[in-house]
Amino acid sequence: MFLQLLISGIAFGSLYALIALAMVIIYKTSEVPNFGQGEMAMISTFVAYALLENYGYSFAISFLGSLIFAAFLGVFLEFVFLRRAKEPNILSLMVITLGFQMILYGLASWKWGADQRNLDFPVSDFDTVQIGSAVLSYLNIATILITLLLMFMLFLFFKYTKIGIAMKATQQNAMAARINGIRTNRILSITWAMSSIIGAVAGILLAPIATLDPNLMMDPLLKGFASAVLGGMTTLVGAAIGGYMLGVIENLFGGYVSLEFKSVVAFGIIVLVLCFKPSGLFAKHYVRKV
Amino acid sequence: MDIKRDYYEDIRLLDSKAIWFWFIMLLLSLTIFPFIAPNYYIYMANYMAINVIVTIGLNMLVGYTGQISLGHAGFFAIGAYITVLFMTKIHLPFLLALLLGGMIAALFGFILGLPALRLEGPYLAIATLGFGMAITQVIGRWHIFGGRMGIEVPSPSFGSYVLNSDRQIYFLIISIAFLLIMMARNLMKTKVGRAFIAIRDSDIAAETMGVNLVYYKTVAFAISAFYVGIAGGLMAFLLGFINPSSFNFILSIYFLAFVIVGGLGSILGSIMGGVVMTWLILVLDKVQELPYLGEALVSFSSKWMNLAGLPNISSIIFGLIIVLVVVFEPLGLYGFWIRTKIYWKTWPF
Repeated sequence: MFLQLLISGIAFGSLYALIALAMVIIYKTSEVPNFGQGEMAMISTFVAYALLENYGYSFAISFLGSLIFAAFLGVFLEFVFLRRAKEPNILSLMVITLGFQMILYGLASWKWGADQRNLDFPVSDFDTVQIGSAVLSYLNIATILITLLLMFMLFLFFKYTKIGIAMKATQQNAMAARINGIRTNRILSITWAMSSIIGAVAGILLAPIATLDPNLMMDPLLKGFASAVLGGMTTLVGAAIGGYMLGVIENLFGGYVSLEFKSVVAFGIIVLVLCFKPSGLFAKHYVRKV
Repeated sequence: MDIKRDYYEDIRLLDSKAIWFWFIMLLLSLTIFPFIAPNYYIYMANYMAINVIVTIGLNMLVGYTGQISLGHAGFFAIGAYITVLFMTKIHLPFLLALLLGGMIAALFGFILGLPALRLEGPYLAIATLGFGMAITQVIGRWHIFGGRMGIEVPSPSFGSYVLNSDRQIYFLIISIAFLLIMMARNLMKTKVGRAFIAIRDSDIAAETMGVNLVYYKTVAFAISAFYVGIAGGLMAFLLGFINPSSFNFILSIYFLAFVIVGGLGSILGSIMGGVVMTWLILVLDKVQELPYLGEALVSFSSKWMNLAGLPNISSIIFGLIIVLVVVFEPLGLYGFWIRTKIYWKTWPF
């Protein structure tokens, strides 16, 4: 029982971790939590669905197509709306991303309605393997592996590539990065594209478990956001760990205490963590200067 | 122009004779309105008044104190449910129940204000958002609240005189809204209001000046929650039926949109925002019935989109409006109003 809950918690936690990563990548450069993240991922998932079902492409092509779409969507939103804000403060930037959320949600429900659809994922949710006393579906395994792969790629990206290092520089001090010849605006666009792609992967992995409708990412987005806050909005590693932690804690609570209040517990944890360690478990606490 | 020379001029309710005149005209027209207007417009006016209360409540928190909240749908739900429960279970008179609903919402606001003392920006956003989500989830699962199916709202009544039509309830809602607007306006000109503004501009500086942050931040949350709770109770009367799914996250964003569009940190702006956005919601609900535009949209959506999803266009338009307002007119309708006023006052120059 415990092992089962733990492992399926990790599978869910991987998705939360992906969304949290997507969120943190944007937060570190643009300094705004992107509330539109979930809907960006949802629309990208719908694009994958449309390519797969309506145009009859293979899964691999649809998957790639959806990721490319996600990248363009991210760049578009950043370039067209976020960059135009006159006096950007945290509130107005947050409201702009809430605006994205509403626009994208409206578009998706206009186009695809409230029908519940099914995304044909090549890995089945029903074939299972036995690990000790726990049962794990292939889809869960795929989710966990893809997430780990993606995280490893991110690690390599930030450690060894030129763009990754430029991105870190921009995050630390945009002005200094600019003086050193980094085009920070371009970096910003790339950040949004990257984050959007990570979100899209999470959406596509989630779609076969949940049903594909415009509300697909509503709950996972909040959980992902919660994980990011839990781990710390300023650390990638922390956000990922926060995702896994949230998935596991939530599942254990659902299994042992109360299934009904499973999704409430996430927010309880967040409020507690915020009370005692406001900048998250794994982030350094910076004191703001006046 | 509008230079205030002393304190008593600043706290005066109405500035000049002309404004007195228009103020009385407004009161008169609000009184006559329900006797001449068709039913739908009375419903619209009620809805607007409720949203104005919400907007002012939220604006006192977001616009004046500078604390973001994405969970005000939670207070709205608390106000609505507590009012209804007190009326059905203990049979309190409705005004008392409404007041208690507001009070309990304020209590929750105070509790939410406590973690808010240490949080800011995105962290506060997630905490309040979590609160809002948690409230609706808890309400949806408790049988005393009617669960997911919702709960029937008894009509408010004075003794044997039952207010059960929009027309009868109009005076109740409008007078409460009027009272609350005046209260907010006066409150913002007292020590409390100035403390809120000081906290918004810089909380550290305010604390250095002797503003008690713990007290004023929690008070800001409590007052804001009180307003929204009262509005929630009134909304329950207006709708006659409430269920948890109507108090969702989207509603909180709508509330924030009212504040942003109206103008941060302005009571007049909140009134404008509440009225205009409510009108927009009601119009967009029936977008396919609009002349010309409606038909075009119907044919467009049956060709490219999905006809059943057409009402979701309101969400797109709302999103676009708040993005555009933030980008081009950060002070919202109030900023626009101020600029127009100054333009005409100094006209040939």
